[in-house]
Amino acid sequence: MTAQALEQRDLTVVIGLEVHVQLETATKIFCGCSTEAADDEEPNTRTCPVCLGLPGALPVLNEAAVEAAVKIGKALDADVAEETRFHRKNYYYPDLPKNFQITQYDAPICSDGTLEIAVEGDRRDVGIQRAHLEEDPGSLQHEGGGIDTADYTLVNYNRAGTPLMEIVTAPDFRGPAEVRQFLAKLEEVLEYLGVFDSTRDGSLRVDANISLVPSEEARADGTIPTDALEAANRTEVKNISSHKGAEKALAYEVTRQKNAVERGRGVEQETRHWDESRGITVSMRSKEEEKDYRYFREADLPPLQVADWKERVPIPELPDARRERFREEYGLDAEAASKLTSTKEVADFFEDVAAEFDPDLAATWVADNLLGELNYRGMEITDVSGRLDEFKRLVELVAAGDITVKNAEEVVLREMLDEGDDPDTVIEREGLGKAAAGEVEGAVEEAIEENPEAVEDYHEGEEGALNYLVGQVMGKTGGSADPGTVNQLLRERLE
Amino acid sequence: MSLNAFITEETIDGADEGPLAGRTVAVKDNISTEGVRTTCGSEMLEEYVPPYDATVVERLKEAGATVVGKTNMDEFGMGTTTETSAFGPTKNPVDESRVPGGSSGGSAAAVADGQADLALGTDTGGSIRCPAAFCGVVGIKPTYGLVSRYGLVAYANSLEQIGPIAPTVEGAAELLDVLAGPDKRDATTREVERESSYADAADGDVDGLSIGVPTELLDGADDGVLDAFWDVVADLESQGATYHEVNLPSVEHAVQAYYVIAMSEASSNLARFDGVRYGVSGGYEGNWNESFARSREEGFGAEVKRRVLLGTYALSAGYHDKYYAKAQDAREWIKRDFDDAFSEADVLASPTMPVPPFELGESLDDPLQMYLADANTVPVNLANLPAVSVPAGDVDGLPVGLQLVGPKFGEATIVRAASAAE
Repeated sequence: MTAQALEQRDLTVVIGLEVHVQLETATKIFCGCSTEAADDEEPNTRTCPVCLGLPGALPVLNEAAVEAAVKIGKALDADVAEETRFHRKNYYYPDLPKNFQITQYDAPICSDGTLEIAVEGDRRDVGIQRAHLEEDPGSLQHEGGGIDTADYTLVNYNRAGTPLMEIVTAPDFRGPAEVRQFLAKLEEVLEYLGVFDSTRDGSLRVDANISLVPSEEARADGTIPTDALEAANRTEVKNISSHKGAEKALAYEVTRQKNAVERGRGVEQETRHWDESRGITVSMRSKEEEKDYRYFREADLPPLQVADWKERVPIPELPDARRERFREEYGLDAEAASKLTSTKEVADFFEDVAAEFDPDLAATWVADNLLGELNYRGMEITDVSGRLDEFKRLVELVAAGDITVKNAEEVVLREMLDEGDDPDTVIEREGLGKAAAGEVEGAVEEAIEENPEAVEDYHEGEEGALNYLVGQVMGKTGGSADPGTVNQLLRERLE
Repeated sequence: MSLNAFITEETIDGADEGPLAGRTVAVKDNISTEGVRTTCGSEMLEEYVPPYDATVVERLKEAGATVVGKTNMDEFGMGTTTETSAFGPTKNPVDESRVPGGSSGGSAAAVADGQADLALGTDTGGSIRCPAAFCGVVGIKPTYGLVSRYGLVAYANSLEQIGPIAPTVEGAAELLDVLAGPDKRDATTREVERESSYADAADGDVDGLSIGVPTELLDGADDGVLDAFWDVVADLESQGATYHEVNLPSVEHAVQAYYVIAMSEASSNLARFDGVRYGVSGGYEGNWNESFARSREEGFGAEVKRRVLLGTYALSAGYHDKYYAKAQDAREWIKRDFDDAFSEADVLASPTMPVPPFELGESLDDPLQMYLADANTVPVNLANLPAVSVPAGDVDGLPVGLQLVGPKFGEATIVRAASAAE
């Protein structure tokens, strides 16, 4: 499609993605080196002969990575291969220890899946063409300049061998916002599966292919015929590392391409680099040769039979289904259901609480109080997952009326989070607890009987008299009663 | 005059006790030894000192062996004469004007000359059996998967195995007993049931053994070699074995298929040697690719460059199907031929090498002649089978080797047959 032919025509944006996600396994994909916090370690310390690609070292497949891949396949409703098969992708690059990457080629572990996203309220399936396992290369650190101008470049192999899943979508996106939604959804699903950690630096890397196609080429169902796609010049945008970044990068690229077409310049087929700090895409070395990766079978890795893994490997309930169930089962509104399923850990926490208490109470305490206080402190639910019993105890005290809601929210919960104490310890220390309703009422009765003058003053409109009576009650309960409650009880009794 | 059997002479002590206590072992220089440089006969790795031991080296140490040094070899195993070594050729101890064979020439020469009791070689297309035959010693290429390759610097990883070289069949079998067995660091190794040790199998009992002689492996062999071969077959017959001719029709494609596969794998296996961490490095103008190319141009010898280039070509888009894919097909046919042959024979016998040892320098200018000399050995690697080369007389004083091929994991059978041929 030439630029002239595109001018004056209604254009449709077509985007397809290659998404690389790091899988959360304890060890690397082909050796026993830990993957934990590899980025924070001293360079080249999380390495061994295998991930350094030392002469003679051999890869051995980490079955945990395969299991993670099977989970992803199930979550994406994809076909899962009957056996693993690995190939070598041969190319020279300084971050690649062996100058070839072990990856999958003709038999990806997952193929032909879908992920549903909501576009302006309409649900739509994004096609997943394939998802395969491969090893992450090391990382490069350019010193004294950019990729082309550096004085020298340092290589860190800590990351080398981290399991990666490359997920390739169909060209099903019609705009940058859809891409962002898809990626956010994908991250959410992967985190639910427990195979991905979005907070980790470099855990998500996206390459996007984007082109403009005349709108009349689209079929009735919105798909674009292959020949129309092939006729269009596409750019590949690399170096995208978040769903927000993807939307920005692609929005920039759509504008750039449309401007180029409008000015009659046309779109050059090229690879562009998303420069996050400048918010623009820049052309990488143009006229890049057609790459020939000389794929061939990796003989060092015999096939692993995984035909029955799809049945054998369980996956948790996925976020959409769980949100739906929360609304039905617990009668939650959409907002609460959404909040309480924001991560699998939050949802699990909520259900543990809701199993023992009124779901409304549980929802209020988890969604509003706990998540709010955690958020304020920059904490995550996982920081308190081990303190589920303490939290339940707090809700129990509130439900039984043993502590006022106000004290529970403003004192006990906060001190639980700040001091790490259990609720009973906080209540005892702050003198908030165990003024049982009956005990307080008894004290109120006593105070009224013992102080007829104050009662009289109160009836004559002296507000100070009530404060005096409250003080008496507080004294009788050893300060453990809630002044507000006492105040209210006194008023009720005296009216 | 030194034979130049060793690239590095250095003693690595093993455990005080064990089946190999008191024995000296020479280790081919493509097998990693912690703290002792491992050059692969290449300038590229002249200063490379591995930080880890190959599994077989660990097993040698545990068995009480004393490693006496790292032996000379064709560069990265690419040769049949040990002349492509960056450290100069090794001489054949039987006749110092001749090559010792290759690529494990240093290992075979060291054993033949008594510089080591035993040796480790590696065999990608005949690299244990050829030098064993040329130097008049015993060499075993095990079934693919019997011996761990962890620590063996790969040349063609779908084809090669580490194996023993020894003066006697029993000695080779004893060493194989130490080397064999699964290794969790090499996913291609297998647990194999053994009735007894391989050494115990060297009992010389061939009564009732059925020997198949593939006629294709006699074609083009030197007359003197054939005479020696038939003499030893007759000897085995006199001990109660029977022989008959069998056919391996697909082996006519073996040499082509072997070189396409070996070179393709080599082009990938050797890609890591780019000057960043090994070999001549740094100070080059230009981009990474130019720097890598300079390093490889300087660090690799002519035969290595030839094979890397040919292998790269064979895997390239547009040629992959014509060469690499076809070679894989041929490999399957050859496997099937061997399966058929073993349905009617216990072992297959042929001369190991069709010719006696070359004169030093004779084959260097004619790589094709060198490649064709591998005709009898490469089919065995393509079919992942075990084979032994055992001395079988001589031609004008130059050693001739008998090759006995067994079915998968049939090491005991070939050891037994070979012990009767000694």
